[in-house]
Amino acid sequence: MNATLDAKLYDCRDAFAETLERLGEQDERIVVVVNDSVGSSKVGGFKKKFPDRLINVGIAEQNMVGVGAGLANAGFIPFVCAAACFLTGRALEQIKADVAYSNTNVKLVGISSGMAYGALGPTHHSIEDFAWTRAIANLTVIAPADPTETSQVIDMAAKTPGPMFLRLSRMGVPEVHDKGYNFELGKAATLREGKDITLIANGVLVTKALEAASLLAKDGIDARVLNMATVKPIDKAAIIKAARETGAIVTAEEHSTHGGLGSAIAEVVVENAPVQMRILGVPGVFAPTGEAPWLLEHFGLTAQGIYEAAKSLKTHD
Amino acid sequence: MTVKPLISAHDLASRAKAQRKQNLELIYNTGMGHIGGDMSATDILITLYFAILNIDPRKPNDPARDRFIMSKGHCSGALYSTLANRGFFPVEDLKTYMQPLSKLNGHPDRNKIPGVETNTGPLGHGLPVAVGTAIGAKLGKQSWRTYVLTGDGELQEGSNWEAAMLAGHRGLDNLTVIIDRNRLQQGDWVEATNNLEPLADKWRAFGWSVSEIDGHDYDALLETFHSLPLEKGKPSCIVAHTHKGNGISFMQDHPGWHHRVPTEAELTEALQELGEKA
Repeated sequence: MNATLDAKLYDCRDAFAETLERLGEQDERIVVVVNDSVGSSKVGGFKKKFPDRLINVGIAEQNMVGVGAGLANAGFIPFVCAAACFLTGRALEQIKADVAYSNTNVKLVGISSGMAYGALGPTHHSIEDFAWTRAIANLTVIAPADPTETSQVIDMAAKTPGPMFLRLSRMGVPEVHDKGYNFELGKAATLREGKDITLIANGVLVTKALEAASLLAKDGIDARVLNMATVKPIDKAAIIKAARETGAIVTAEEHSTHGGLGSAIAEVVVENAPVQMRILGVPGVFAPTGEAPWLLEHFGLTAQGIYEAAKSLKTHD
Repeated sequence: MTVKPLISAHDLASRAKAQRKQNLELIYNTGMGHIGGDMSATDILITLYFAILNIDPRKPNDPARDRFIMSKGHCSGALYSTLANRGFFPVEDLKTYMQPLSKLNGHPDRNKIPGVETNTGPLGHGLPVAVGTAIGAKLGKQSWRTYVLTGDGELQEGSNWEAAMLAGHRGLDNLTVIIDRNRLQQGDWVEATNNLEPLADKWRAFGWSVSEIDGHDYDALLETFHSLPLEKGKPSCIVAHTHKGNGISFMQDHPGWHHRVPTEAELTEALQELGEKA
């Protein structure tokens, strides 16, 4: 499908919150665990509807994840919601041992991921979470791109047993998927067909990749665009097909270039269908001070940045 | 659900003596393990599994079961011996302890071993999970109880205190922590490393009701467990004063026996000592 970009911007947390409230009404096992992050996770509505099922552990992330694992043991389906930086950074060993290794039905929801916290600085940025979480066995990692996909991912997470890390942003994004979109776990969504190069992104970068494809089209370069929402398990077939059919790949993510989406794709490419790649992200540095959109510009995580990376690959043909 | 086995303090003690021998041989044969902590925790584990916990080895995932969480996961020798003797898996399987592809890893894996509630090994993980199960029981209006056994050195991990604070705040009187207070950690005495005292007062300050008992005295263990919760509306903390390497004179209270493996001569001597005692 070729998505058309709606100009209106949405905060995916709203779709997350609405879906969670709907699920909460349908299934009493759905509970929410937070670290004083009711507001930032937008679960105030859930709290109002189901006050007993909103467990606020206070500012204590290790305990928050452990409590989530315990609630799963007791038969509940906990959505453990916190700023992605603290959830993954502070409680990584609990994520590994209590959730992934123990195989508990815990849904870890990393809110305001990437550089969404902007000028609050690198302590609040979560640009390592893909690398950390995808290195842990038995942990599904997903970063939805828009409200439609966010809602479907949350719905799927509630109904699919097993440990998951769901990475949400607070940055405004347009709807990139059609109304008829159907998220499939572990499957890339082809948002634009193309034969000359493939642009692969997830989260807030998907819309930039689509815009970059439009810029490339003006230069006569027909770019395929894949939304790789599921980072783990990665859609190997779609990557191999893209490499073989288009001969070059540019990846873009709101994450470090070390160990994230680009790395995951490169691992598949080098073993199966080696082609040249450009991996766009934060190049192994702590970000300077700046608001989130400015930081994306600064690191070339824009339509123009993706376009230029694609052009540089095509001129090497 | 299940009927708790009726067993006396005397029966528990004789069971413990046999299990200590079994545990020693397990570690000797495997060439690995944590003998000191196994021995300090044995009487607590035996009391719980044979007299207190509402569990059925034939239905290890029964939603109404009591939850026992072994936070000091390195003492898997004691846990596995107890689980096997209680019928969760064949005693014969103990021979595979830490052998290639054995389900009996050095630290417990709930996905391989029936009766294990959560995977522990890194310290300070059991209590937060236990707080979660206890909140879950309250939320679901269930009467089953949660028990968690921690080491004392383990309490240096901050995650315990995050969990202790929340349990106190929520008044989780369906939760009991038992501290295996053997006063030793891997490298040295706890007091010489990072002092925990005043330990009971710390728990009281976090909103818990505390009882200090001899963790090798079956009468005291039974009486205390039967009196739970120690106080309505508060989580219970049992500081069980124990001895690392309990029951074997040359191991007992000796910092060198955290994870040392006995030689053949030491094994013989230890088995003789255990055999002689009533």
